[in-house]
Amino acid sequence: MGAVTLQNIRKTYEKGTVLAVDDVSFTVEPGELFGLIGPDGAGKTSIFRILTTLLLADSGTATVDGHDVRKDYRAIRSTVGYMPGKFSLYQDLTVEENLSFFATLFETTIAANYDLIKEIYEQIEPFKTRRAGQLSGGMKQKLALCCALIHKPTVLFLDEPTTGVDAVSRKEFWDMLGRLKQQGITILVSTPYMDEATRCERIALMQSGKILSIDTPANIIKAYPGKLYAVKADAMHPLLHHLRAYPAARSSYAFGEFVHVAFWDDQADDDEALRQYLAGKKHTGIVIKPITPSIEDRFIDLMTAAPANAHATATR
Amino acid sequence: MQPPPASAQAIVCHELTKQFGDFRAVDKITLSVAQGEIFGFLGANGAGKTTAMRMLCGLSYPSAGQATVAGFDVYRQQEKIKQNIGYMSQKFSLYENLTILENIEFFGGIYGLSNQQLRAKSEELITTLGLHKEAKKLVGSLPLGWKQKLAFSVAIIHEPKIVFLDEPTGGVDPVTRRQFWDLIYAAADRGITNFVTTHYMDEAEYCNRVSIMVDGRVEALDSPANLKLQYHADSMDEVFYQLARGAQRGE
Repeated sequence: MGAVTLQNIRKTYEKGTVLAVDDVSFTVEPGELFGLIGPDGAGKTSIFRILTTLLLADSGTATVDGHDVRKDYRAIRSTVGYMPGKFSLYQDLTVEENLSFFATLFETTIAANYDLIKEIYEQIEPFKTRRAGQLSGGMKQKLALCCALIHKPTVLFLDEPTTGVDAVSRKEFWDMLGRLKQQGITILVSTPYMDEATRCERIALMQSGKILSIDTPANIIKAYPGKLYAVKADAMHPLLHHLRAYPAARSSYAFGEFVHVAFWDDQADDDEALRQYLAGKKHTGIVIKPITPSIEDRFIDLMTAAPANAHATATR
Repeated sequence: MQPPPASAQAIVCHELTKQFGDFRAVDKITLSVAQGEIFGFLGANGAGKTTAMRMLCGLSYPSAGQATVAGFDVYRQQEKIKQNIGYMSQKFSLYENLTILENIEFFGGIYGLSNQQLRAKSEELITTLGLHKEAKKLVGSLPLGWKQKLAFSVAIIHEPKIVFLDEPTGGVDPVTRRQFWDLIYAAADRGITNFVTTHYMDEAEYCNRVSIMVDGRVEALDSPANLKLQYHADSMDEVFYQLARGAQRGE
């Protein structure tokens, strides 16, 4: 039995006109760090709210720790931890008051589970008499995580904990999750940042309410069809235009300082043919090198291969 | 009409500072941005980016230093600045309960476009974005990526000299995020200066030049290529990490 299971979950809003979650099924194993990766509107928040029993699915079944989200919602509420995407603690209670409030709600004490939050709480402890509303974004995030952990949950749900957070703080947050995982807590986390996917054991790539792919990050990258090249030239903007007009290229898009190019049929001399084409367009400083695709490359590939109802599913 | 600015600089600031009580949010930043440039304004949370941007947009008075935006002074000509810039952010862009057309008319009207100009602009914009079928739908019903592309187009509807973009692509899918940058390039080709903040380090590479703020100061300012050379880094992510991990203050 998985720690979290979903079977054919479907959720619509606005009297059925907006499809938010479209027949989603997956299982999270006990102790696993599982990521839902996708942009806004992918259906991540709806799934979190269904699993935390805050929202009912239109159809399908789901369980958390073996409890049904519909029938056994009370059992689920008392054992899981949930950190919503929007800061939801009491702004006019202090740091310490918020923490002891949540501990009391779950019939425990700060002392009982202090080990679990110690490392995180120590960073905000100097501000424990400050009202939560007066904290910086990073400190709010740490407090919210402490409050979600204080009853030693079996499953921790983190909805976009790193959105709007700078690159350095994001790395620190993921380091922290790695250490929590070692304590045996099952973690289900969502993020729109593709580069964070490799921090998870398994991921589901989501777009417009659907799962595009679900596997370990390594396998998802391995499933990339064909070879991928990184291309650079002195004039990048014209380069992109010329690559898009190149018939043999299946896709080409900007990726940092390079343009990533994939071909329709992988040929041994793809790169040489492309080099000649670009030289013919008077490009200078041409660099073409084969690269290993990233999760984002795979995501783009899946998205463009199945240009689903890109705009039927608008809101969360 | 004011005479055009003497230089081809869209933004010039010299030791621009903002002090809140004993807290110096922005500490003597000096930079200039050329007309038509795509300038990445990066920094950790709490580094002072938003405060600096508010001063440059004419929304907040500096405590010290000088700056001109589109040739107008940030102390004395705030209203002139507002007329000559565009602004969009991830948080606020358009009115969700107005239709696409109504949003275009509303913002175009605010910026003083005539009815004739408005009609032409609406048509042009809806065609460019391929939104004919959606023109009379509420903005709230659009996917985020479409909304952001529309918001950008509306932010430059009056052909401002500069557009300020505050995390315009946060949460946007990877394909639409790239289409958004195509719009930025197209605006830059028309001579509009793009002043943009982002947490996506791959997007930093798309800028002509990038500044990185740490604890209120501009710690680095150059092209992405030169910054990578200077910091012996393979990516802007590494450059950013080297600079920002030393930050003393949070948000």
